[in-house]
Amino acid sequence: MKIELNGAPLETSATTVDALLSEAGYDGAVVATARNGDFVPRAARAGEALREGDRIEILAPMKGG
Amino acid sequence: MRSFYGTDLPNGLMLGTALYPSPAILADAFRRSGAAVATVSLRRESGQDRAGQDFWTLIQGLGVHVLPNTAGCHSVKEAVTTAHMAREVFGTKWVKLEVIGEEDTLQPDVFALVEAARILSEDGFQVFPYCTEDLVVADRLLRAGCEVLMPWGAPIGSGQGLNNIFGLRAMRAHFPDVPLVIDAGLGLPSQAAQAMEIGYDAVLLNTAVAKAGDPVAMAEAFALAIRAGQLAAQAGPMEPRDMAAPSTPVIGQAFLT
Repeated sequence: MKIELNGAPLETSATTVDALLSEAGYDGAVVATARNGDFVPRAARAGEALREGDRIEILAPMKGG
Repeated sequence: MRSFYGTDLPNGLMLGTALYPSPAILADAFRRSGAAVATVSLRRESGQDRAGQDFWTLIQGLGVHVLPNTAGCHSVKEAVTTAHMAREVFGTKWVKLEVIGEEDTLQPDVFALVEAARILSEDGFQVFPYCTEDLVVADRLLRAGCEVLMPWGAPIGSGQGLNNIFGLRAMRAHFPDVPLVIDAGLGLPSQAAQAMEIGYDAVLLNTAVAKAGDPVAMAEAFALAIRAGQLAAQAGPMEPRDMAAPSTPVIGQAFLT
């Protein structure tokens, strides 16, 4: 299905947020996830199903002021 | 020094982690200054780029308190979601709540700020709101659950110092028991000293250190100024007066004309 990952279009075979993280190479990374603007806690990723057109954000620690 | 949600800090320096010439200089700035709080953020990163992971390892190695921000958020929803994501990644209930309302000045949208602060406080966050020196907004933030206030000194990154010293003094006087932090706008250590002299508990700065010619030396300069200002506040500054008053005793002075 087609989704948007961090603002860029992506064709994915993943069906959950958890599977998308693995597919996109985030295994072992400290990141936080959101689906369509709503926070998806780590524990909920495996049960969070993806749908066509979803906007997924995967955010990592970054410098800040 | 007042505590921040029950946490006592060894000094009044909160330091940002952006804009340094290198990660090594960032780490040295923290070590040399003894800054006890580091602000951090969350941003997009691809699965192949692990810069964020390396950054987080570096920050963890500093042994400081981490204060995640919601920089760049313009709405309640964005800020609340970002705060939740930050809490999970950084493992802290602290959040520097920024809801930007105006692009030229990066002035906070105080209406959205109060609403986001209420939602987050009810959800167990310990909110450090980036606000203005408006007393009514400050009161609303406290009623929303905030136990710390962070008024701006001047617009973020402007280096102008304490633009409204009257308003900041009034805030200190009006909320004597609330920990107050000057967040943003400082350019020089003397401005940080001034903030501490009028009774503020800490200053939060980034650009003034990171963009200095020698960020490590500037970080130490700020730490010294903050300590000096804090000591001065504790020592009880004299009241200014309009006319001169001789300090050397007049009694016993020789008549030599």
